[in-house]
Amino acid sequence: MEEPLLSVRGLTKHFKPAGFSRGAVVRALEDVSFDVPRGKVVGLVGESGSGKTTIGRSVLRLVEPTSGEVRFNGIDLTKLSAAEMRRQRKSMQYIFQDPFASLSPRMTIGQILTEGLEIQRVGTRQERTQRAKAALEAVDLPADAFERYAHEFSGGQRQRIGIARSLALEPQLIVADEPASALDVSIQAQIVNLLRDLQIRLGLTMLFISHDLAVVEYICDTVIVLYLGRIMELAPSEQLYADPRHPYTRALLSAIPNPDPTKCRTRQILKGDIPSPANPPSGCVFRTRCPYAVERCAGVVPPLEEVSPGHFKACIRHEVSG
Amino acid sequence: MRTAPILDISGLKTVFRIGGRQVAAVQDLELTIASGETLALVGESGSGKSVTSLSIMGLLPRAVGKVAEGSILFRGKAGQARDLTKLDAEGMRHIRGNDIAMVFQEPMTSLNPVYTIGEQIAEPMRIHLRLSHKDAAAAAVKLLADVGIPDPERRARQYPHELSGGMRQRATIAMALSCDPVLLIADEPTTALDVTIQAQILDLFQKLQAERGMGILFVTHNLGVVAEIADRVAVMYAGRIVETGTVADVFRHPRHPYTIGLMRSVPRLGEATELRRKGIPLPTIAGSVPSLMLLPKGCSFAPRCPYAIDACRADVPPLYETGSGQKSRCIRWQEV
Repeated sequence: MEEPLLSVRGLTKHFKPAGFSRGAVVRALEDVSFDVPRGKVVGLVGESGSGKTTIGRSVLRLVEPTSGEVRFNGIDLTKLSAAEMRRQRKSMQYIFQDPFASLSPRMTIGQILTEGLEIQRVGTRQERTQRAKAALEAVDLPADAFERYAHEFSGGQRQRIGIARSLALEPQLIVADEPASALDVSIQAQIVNLLRDLQIRLGLTMLFISHDLAVVEYICDTVIVLYLGRIMELAPSEQLYADPRHPYTRALLSAIPNPDPTKCRTRQILKGDIPSPANPPSGCVFRTRCPYAVERCAGVVPPLEEVSPGHFKACIRHEVSG
Repeated sequence: MRTAPILDISGLKTVFRIGGRQVAAVQDLELTIASGETLALVGESGSGKSVTSLSIMGLLPRAVGKVAEGSILFRGKAGQARDLTKLDAEGMRHIRGNDIAMVFQEPMTSLNPVYTIGEQIAEPMRIHLRLSHKDAAAAAVKLLADVGIPDPERRARQYPHELSGGMRQRATIAMALSCDPVLLIADEPTTALDVTIQAQILDLFQKLQAERGMGILFVTHNLGVVAEIADRVAVMYAGRIVETGTVADVFRHPRHPYTIGLMRSVPRLGEATELRRKGIPLPTIAGSVPSLMLLPKGCSFAPRCPYAIDACRADVPPLYETGSGQKSRCIRWQEV
């Protein structure tokens, strides 16, 4: 089988409180492993504190992983020096959630789009301009945007600029972190369609981070459900939505309000709050809110088990989760 | 038999002064809410849904915004209807937090970080209901229990930062309910919360309304939330209501192209796989929401509307009655 473009093994990230503060270590990620095959889109879903953004940032080493491996084209990124890492970043780009915070107000769109190319010393000045203009065209923005500033554009257009910036470097991997979440409903679908279209046309490999499970269903080949820094379930998109196995995945799917008032509501409401990642429960981290938790769940961290080809779940209550 | 509405807004126009010009953030607004009823106000940013709720509450930024036309008739605890636009600051103060209460999007910004949760819930009861400190404190603990906060005595003594986001929103709901309001205005109350917590809070709103029978104006951009919580819905676009009716009618037979576009552009869970497999793009609404300062002539939605014809660009369409209380601001409602 072909080697996956990205292969994450045992990724763990603990944030230690800075200085003299006596806060506890925040366990943002614990032992996360998954692959992103070439040309595929893998979705990371979960609620706040689930670790989805920390995974995205650890992959590009925007945060330093505490332990574990991140293999990109077979190279373990966690072992690279800063200069070697910078060379690798040329092939991996990040799309941020907030198109208002991620574009400099003092640079023209042209400068924003060519900056990455300059840093990576790609081509001549003329070639860089050409590539940036091609990227603008790819995201359906007019060529005259090149001379203008970010504040002249709407939220949806700014997000297109953010996408163009990451495309300009012709990356192999794109990490898209909630790329449509800050936008109005009618604009979200435009951005999702654009990403899907670019992904197919350019054969991009993507790690797609979102809390919107319907968008993830539309764009992702594989979906990873995270809770408190651990993988609860990992499955091909079709299977995850048709046959969710983990009690958390089921609760998450049933919590989403359905925009169809005729569908009867068999909503299962989870009790309580998401625990603090500074003090996660022992054993299965979901057990404090799980309607099926038994004593055994506190004792062992449930391993990810394959329930059908490519479909994994971390739950020891087989009578519930099959 | 429906009782007389507790809120009856007609011809409301709210304007803001921006750079020497007057811009209407809300206009031609008509809506009613009966007690025990939930009306959802839906729209995207700039549609005027939040300005509508601030107009009712008399909370517009006084330096730049004001209600220019129309009336907001409200029937409070005293029983007779009064026009809130005619009340002075003192009169509004007696109504806010007492007859009408509000829950905001960000529980952290609507709670005061230097007072305990209990003190903040007790305060309106001391002011409006003239309860003693002791009685108000006891009532606050009871309210915390009512909104589903475990261990309410201890929580009442804690500060906002000691509570989770979902708990904080429960606390602001307890505060809003403290004086038993006739009308509750909830402005995106679940938008800042995670979905599993959102489900809890929506459930809480339904339970509290069943117990207390207040009217709720629920402002949201999320159509799924509307379908779950509301009896009736009003869809806003560029400052005007473009469609209104019962949730069942509007979701089953939307009669305005904007409502139709909005509903289609939300991918449905369980159906998106099929679209992806067939390579069908998600339906979208072309273009973007117009600036209120540069509204097109005629129907504001015409530039983005697949059904637009020349007549749409002539005048702002009125709200047409399309049957059983459903209304659409579209001259082609019979064809869409």
